[in-house]
Amino acid sequence: MTSVIDRLGSPAATGLPGPPASPRIPRKRRRRIAAAAMVAPTVAGLLVFYAYPLVASIYYSFTSYDLFSPPRWVGLTNYEFLFTSDPRIGNAALNTLWFVVVLVPIKIVVALAIAGLLARRTRGSGFWRTVFYLPSLVPPVAGVVAFVFLFNPGSGPVNVVLGFFGIEGPLWFSDPALSKPSLVLLGIWMMGDLMVIMLAGLLDVPRELYEAASLDGANGWQQVRFVTLPTIQPILGFSVVTGVIAALQYFTEAAVASSVASGQAAVGSGTASTLGYPGDSLLTYTQWLYVRGFSNYQLGYASAMAVVLFVTASILLVVAMRRISAFHPEEVS
Amino acid sequence: MTAVTTAPAQVGSDEPAVRRRPRRLVGRALLAWIAENALLLALAVVFVSPVVFVVFTSVMHSNQALTGDLLPRSLELGNYVRIFSEAPLATWYGNTVLYAVLSTAFMLVASVPAGYALAKLRFRGSNVIFLAIVVAMLLPPQVTAVPVYVMWSELGLTGSLWPLILPNLLGDAFSVFLIRQFFLTIPTDFANAARMDGASEWGVLWRVMIPMARPGIAAAAIFLFFRSWNDYYGPLLYASENQAAWPVAYGLATYRGIHGTDWAGTMALTVVVLVPVVVVFFLAQKVFVEGIALSGVKG
Repeated sequence: MTSVIDRLGSPAATGLPGPPASPRIPRKRRRRIAAAAMVAPTVAGLLVFYAYPLVASIYYSFTSYDLFSPPRWVGLTNYEFLFTSDPRIGNAALNTLWFVVVLVPIKIVVALAIAGLLARRTRGSGFWRTVFYLPSLVPPVAGVVAFVFLFNPGSGPVNVVLGFFGIEGPLWFSDPALSKPSLVLLGIWMMGDLMVIMLAGLLDVPRELYEAASLDGANGWQQVRFVTLPTIQPILGFSVVTGVIAALQYFTEAAVASSVASGQAAVGSGTASTLGYPGDSLLTYTQWLYVRGFSNYQLGYASAMAVVLFVTASILLVVAMRRISAFHPEEVS
Repeated sequence: MTAVTTAPAQVGSDEPAVRRRPRRLVGRALLAWIAENALLLALAVVFVSPVVFVVFTSVMHSNQALTGDLLPRSLELGNYVRIFSEAPLATWYGNTVLYAVLSTAFMLVASVPAGYALAKLRFRGSNVIFLAIVVAMLLPPQVTAVPVYVMWSELGLTGSLWPLILPNLLGDAFSVFLIRQFFLTIPTDFANAARMDGASEWGVLWRVMIPMARPGIAAAAIFLFFRSWNDYYGPLLYASENQAAWPVAYGLATYRGIHGTDWAGTMALTVVVLVPVVVVFFLAQKVFVEGIALSGVKG
């Protein structure tokens, strides 16, 4: 929305009184200089913290590097080991895939369902929204610690309550078969930000569409299927893409759950024994990358893992940039 | 739709846009109304109960916390005192405040002008920069972790939180994105009027645009504040070997490892980590809800 005045450029051309500062430099040029100065720090940040590290990661991935002696070129050795010999990476990748395939859709469905309930009410909606939103602000570490306590088989309230109904509660975070589902319950508890996004979308669906559908004899489910879902489709797409990208780097919840449930020191404090506890059920790809790189100082190998992660994430990035309109630069007015 | 539905509530406000008295409910509509509220109430109880149990356990005697009791038999506020002596909690808290406050302040210095320039000043390369910001914002941090770690280690800054604070001086991708999105919604007319009055581009930004963009800037600031406050991966990567540099969330993760069976103390520490988050939320509730709706899905 550049105005005519801006297009005309210099004050001389417009006949308007010129700005007091540096009147010799034409307005357009000064504007360009100002814009460059405004974005300069950010551009420097992008170069130093993203562009260079991306290139350097690729270089390191072909080397053996332990931070203390200079990187040594080893060709494809790291990739060969990654795809054929690393004993725990396959399991770690599968666990991450599990969170992508199970956690992401469940969170979205629950968030949408609760947003649907809230969108239908007028009174007290602020109160209900707060109740369901607030847990998403809880620091993930605190959420995990709380859930490991709530679900602990010894004194945890969840199994106590289950006991009231005569159900003998399982081991939850200490059972390799249930540790991931337990984290899904945590994920559901913390879905509030997603719920708010969905709610905003649902409230934007024009009411006339429902009225028209209802006149055409559509029942409740058909209205959801043919009115609600198509209208909020962009929001669903956004949630899926950002959810999958987050699940690919699933780290904190799993790492903290392992260390708290096993009752031993955390990943970073040197003990690898809690890693992935119970069994290897909570070992995710990014945790394994962390251990390889920053516990074992196999930085070349960790870089190869990072490159593989980058290639995987790139596919999603491309989808995100093409499908999500907020990520399009053309909106600039 | 049940009979109770009237006008859609405005997001970000507690009051519905139009207030209408609910019509009298009869028959099936009444049943549906009851079912819906019962379901919502049950869900709300489930969502609130974790916090309730955590708070209850935090005031139990540490022996009672090991039993299956749900309600505290006595009010033991001593747990909250004890954790301060068993862990360097004051230091951890100070580190967290420093990390969150400095990160947010640094971010604003660089990201507000960048977000403004990308939204309102067209210049060559602005599209490329915007796309790079989107990529940076979506990229898993592990992808760049090794070279970035090597850089900070060569500067001798590992073992502290500075590698997490300082980069904000060079902008934060998500914050720039969010602030840009907000500036896009602000009409350019005022800026042009100020330019005609002879204001420089920085003057336009500072005196005209920033005051109008305050809600968006506040949302970006609060999000980054929370991201730093809650961060676990960053401190693990850079400060795990130096306990004096730990933020409180990281300390909480290790507390149970050291004090294995002390659930009462662990829950007290959990509450201590939670409280500031809840307080900030209630102080700035509106900012949050608007900020989330803004964060990417509009149009």
